Amino acid sequence: MQPKFAIETRELTKKYDALTAVDHLNIEIGYGEVFGLLGPNGAGKTTAISMLCTIINPTSGCAQVNGFDILKRPAEVRKSIGIVFQDPSIDGRLSGRENLQLHACLYDMPSTLTRRRIAEVLELVGLEDRADDRMKFYSGGMRRRLELARGLLHSPKVLFLDEPTLGLDPQTREHMWDYIENLAKEACMTIVLTTHYMEEAERLCNRVAIIDYGTIKVIDSPDNLKSTLKGDVISINSTEPEKLATKLTDLKIAPEAEFSDGTLRLTVPDADKLIPRLIEIATDIGVQVNSVSVHRPTLNDVFLHYTGREIRADEPESAMKMHMMMMRRK
Amino acid sequence: MSRLKILLEWWYSELKKIYGLWYLEILRYWREKSRIISSLIMPLLWLLVFGAGMRGMQLGGVTSYQTFMFPGILGMTLLFTSVWSGVSVIWDREFGFLKEILVAPVSRTSIVIGKALGSGTTALIQGTILLPLAFLVGVHLSPLSAAIILPLMVLISIGLVCIGLLIASIITSMEGFNFIMSLVVMPIFFTSGALFPLTSAPGWLRVFGYINPLTYGVDALRWATFGETMIIPVQFEILILLAYAICMVAICSYAFNIRK
Repeated sequence: MQPKFAIETRELTKKYDALTAVDHLNIEIGYGEVFGLLGPNGAGKTTAISMLCTIINPTSGCAQVNGFDILKRPAEVRKSIGIVFQDPSIDGRLSGRENLQLHACLYDMPSTLTRRRIAEVLELVGLEDRADDRMKFYSGGMRRRLELARGLLHSPKVLFLDEPTLGLDPQTREHMWDYIENLAKEACMTIVLTTHYMEEAERLCNRVAIIDYGTIKVIDSPDNLKSTLKGDVISINSTEPEKLATKLTDLKIAPEAEFSDGTLRLTVPDADKLIPRLIEIATDIGVQVNSVSVHRPTLNDVFLHYTGREIRADEPESAMKMHMMMMRRK
Repeated sequence: MSRLKILLEWWYSELKKIYGLWYLEILRYWREKSRIISSLIMPLLWLLVFGAGMRGMQLGGVTSYQTFMFPGILGMTLLFTSVWSGVSVIWDREFGFLKEILVAPVSRTSIVIGKALGSGTTALIQGTILLPLAFLVGVHLSPLSAAIILPLMVLISIGLVCIGLLIASIITSMEGFNFIMSLVVMPIFFTSGALFPLTSAPGWLRVFGYINPLTYGVDALRWATFGETMIIPVQFEILILLAYAICMVAICSYAFNIRK
């Protein structure tokens, strides 16, 4: 019988001396969900994932992955999950195919299945042609794609993606998003991803947890999160903004109307549905509308609302490490 | 019955994983040809330069100094190659394959055994390249001696790899590397009797020598080369090396099991 949740944490906490990296985390993630942990660097996203992947132990609290306790049955947890780490975790001296073969070996996959799955995942990430090249000759995007392929190789129940598109160029990022979207739609895979890119969370996730200083500020779908803000802002440039504002207030369409320089600003819950009506009303009372623009709240606004600050779009925290790695590989 | 079957299947699958990890080590070694060559320079310098300079030293026996030090330099090569291979896990943990291995459903003991056997094999290859050079320093190795030396080298390496692994599990950055070299590797080398007979060393030095596992490794290699040991009979030395290797694998598995 399938457990109720793919992932369930109860007061999951990790402390490093004085620093509390993850603070009493409570999340429930259903099967087939794409769940995003959104937060700035150092918010505790990677620490949370590392605990769920049985790499580090929690200081207190507990968690289950695919119904298995991370402390009591780590071997079963490991069999259930696939992971793409934030930092590279491939061996550049080996070819892409060799990295995959070793992975299959470590997950005890039968050889016929291994061959079939390797062909499948390579096709999925479009690396069939380069599979036999040493990975040190791969570009950053290709490495990431191979790591994704590797995470999928043993058909895990839950896939963890730790900053899957960190440091990738926009085009490669777009491709990664396509792959991840396909996985969620076609394979119905449970995916947990961490990111500090708003657009990534918005595009991929069913639900997002905003995490800062190790605590979850809010969990909801990106759309709901955005609608918890006051709503969309419609700016209408017209010939007689006062007249329009009065009419709209009378009709109780927009109680919060303000105008400046001939532009009327309305804060409304759903701009798309309202705009045709607004134009209609304006035409009825003889006001000519010059232009209409809509500003929708983004997850960035939501983040600002819940944490009181902008998300820091820093350089990868592993930039230093990457540098060291390059030195070593030379 | 079914429990036995499950156990046997588990063993079989872990064996396959150990094989995979061993193969990974060999592949990595094989693909870094420059490392193979550069790691041969040090033993050659010791043998041909240091050894030549010390030629006049009297050892009380019939062998020349270079002949005497040959098994010691074999031991040194095993020491450096193996400890280095173990310590390099620090890099693997930060940027490499180790994380991938640690989240895989593989027992920690299998990880340590796979790594130790793999590194042991690379140390064996390294030592084997040195063997034909024995004639340069006046050592005449019979095929039988060579055949004994080879498995002996693997046995010696396993314990040494684990020293590296243990260091890697304690320190977390490569900044401590010089510290390790001067505080762990060089003392092991100098007190092992690789460069001078421990039997004529002062008492305090002998104490360090006798608690150093490499001492018995070097002495056993000396036995394989010249037919006699200097410290204790060879069967005890092999027993010590064996017990030491098993203990170290157990300790390392434990250290790897600690999830911080």
